[in-house]
Amino acid sequence: MSLLEKSFELARAENRALLIGYLPAGFPTLDRSILAIKAMAEGGVDVIEVGLPYSDPVMDGPVIQQASEMALANGFKTRDVFKVVAASPAPTLVMSYWNPIERFGVAEFSENLKKAGGEGVITPDLTIEESQSWISSTDKEQLHRVYVVAPSTTDNRLAKVTKHCSGFIYAASLMGVTGARRDVSSAAQSLVERVKKVSNTPVCVGLGVSTGEQAREISKYADGVIVGSAFIKLILDSKSESEANLKVKSLATELAAAVRR
Amino acid sequence: MPEALIGALDELSRAHQEALSDPTFQVELMELHRTYTGRPSIITEAKRFSEYCGGARIFLKREDLNHTGSHKINNVLGQALLTKRMGKKRIIAETGAGQHGVASATAAALLGLECVVYMGEEDTKRQALNVARMKLLGAEVIPVTTGSRTLKDAINEAMRDWVTHVANTHYLLGTVAGPDPFPTMVRDFHKIIGDESRAQMLELIGRLPDAVLACVGGGSNAIGIFYAFLNDQSVRLIGLEAGGAGVETGKHAATIVGGTPGVLHGTRTYVLQDGDGQTRESHSISAGLDYPGVGPEHAYLHEIGRAEYRAITDDEAMEAFSLLSKSEGIIPAIETAHALAGAMKIGREMGKENGKETTLLINLSGRGDKDVQTAAKYFGIPL
Repeated sequence: MSLLEKSFELARAENRALLIGYLPAGFPTLDRSILAIKAMAEGGVDVIEVGLPYSDPVMDGPVIQQASEMALANGFKTRDVFKVVAASPAPTLVMSYWNPIERFGVAEFSENLKKAGGEGVITPDLTIEESQSWISSTDKEQLHRVYVVAPSTTDNRLAKVTKHCSGFIYAASLMGVTGARRDVSSAAQSLVERVKKVSNTPVCVGLGVSTGEQAREISKYADGVIVGSAFIKLILDSKSESEANLKVKSLATELAAAVRR
Repeated sequence: MPEALIGALDELSRAHQEALSDPTFQVELMELHRTYTGRPSIITEAKRFSEYCGGARIFLKREDLNHTGSHKINNVLGQALLTKRMGKKRIIAETGAGQHGVASATAAALLGLECVVYMGEEDTKRQALNVARMKLLGAEVIPVTTGSRTLKDAINEAMRDWVTHVANTHYLLGTVAGPDPFPTMVRDFHKIIGDESRAQMLELIGRLPDAVLACVGGGSNAIGIFYAFLNDQSVRLIGLEAGGAGVETGKHAATIVGGTPGVLHGTRTYVLQDGDGQTRESHSISAGLDYPGVGPEHAYLHEIGRAEYRAITDDEAMEAFSLLSKSEGIIPAIETAHALAGAMKIGREMGKENGKETTLLINLSGRGDKDVQTAAKYFGIPL
């Protein structure tokens, strides 16, 4: 059993949802991103999702776009993501658009991630039809493959996509890009219910989740809650690194309490 | 491609396939082209410009005379009719030079659709006149302030809008790039350029041209004119990319000449990218060619050797821009001027090679009214 699977099992035993926190590697700098991730884990985030900054993040809203641009401007390189994964104190997945992985080399990427202790990869713009090399290399390295499904995904397609997922299934709470929203759309719950009909893999809900209240709501029907932009916003709005990490830790604590049903 | 858009892409593929085999759709589109676009577009022989092309006979396919001033209207009317067919009320579009945005705003006005155009902030400045045109046509223009603030970022922003509003919105993509079915669908709407030209050339000179030339950014006008000639092995197909300050300087938009294989905007093609797969900024004096990707069908034609691709620098394009204006009384779009500069080179080369008369067909894809400000600045004409 992988560390990720153990985390889900532990959460289930405690009758709660898993809390997944997202931060981009190299944002605002490599060292600071590692410290922010540690703060997230100290606050109570169970699993870390490390973003690989990309020049054209079409599924991301303004906050992650800004963070990605800052990371790239500060010299982020693809191989830096493995340093962040290695330094992360919790089970860690990478979230990456496809082109940087392909450019790095699909097999090399998987090998390096495994060596760094990574659990798997979330690929928001890779379709299962284009996944042949990805499936074989992640299988070889025993990495989890997480695909994103959306409210627009048909039942027929949900069955096909989730068959290739392992670790968990990323359910997008709404039709749109990442970034905090005031309300989590009702589409999330019906999507999770539809996924549950075709797969036994845990389902985690992300996109637009930023507050304890939203996390509590989602925890009632999903196996995990994913929060990203809200952490980044705290870092962007802080005057100092120590202030940023304190705020990150405190949001993590608030969310971790909320996912306990 | 994000899973969230797969449903919409499938729906679009179906609508496109059904429309292809539906005579009513084809009749409606052809009737619009006849009574609104102004098709068929004429061919003009450029007798005086020929002097600068090593004496080769030069024929210009006058897409600049279409309503809205470029080839872009061909695709836009087709997709706008598909939008209605799918029961959607809103179109969004990206634009670089503004030609596709203007064409989209025009079609939206004609067919009663809501229209939002995303345009890089940098381009809204370079092409202020087209921004005003779009607004006059009733469209909303949203300046994009992320990334390089040009065409690629406008596409990113349009994709974000689309994934958010996909239920009632069609993304009217303006070039032969992006995810399936866009490259083939947009080609299908533009292949009328080549179909007409091929017949017109046979009628005019009794044979096919020796080469067909077109500028290539995303590559829509080029694939449009190339497509009818693909099986005519005697006809060279030549795409002219934007060489900017020179491919060797790194400041260019010549994706096939100076790029590497990668994935951008849901398509595998040549991309300007760094060693980490991060997209590099493209550079060109022409906003419409300023894109770091290229249509996948061009990448394919390049790889199988059926079409050739070369880079034309900003200075070469501007020289051709000026020469055509002064020798023929036709001010071309700066995008198109890249194809004209290509004709100057190819005409000279081919004249020397085969020693007999050379005939070149050039897609005059757009007119230069929108570029007057840029050109005046380049040539030092006070405004």
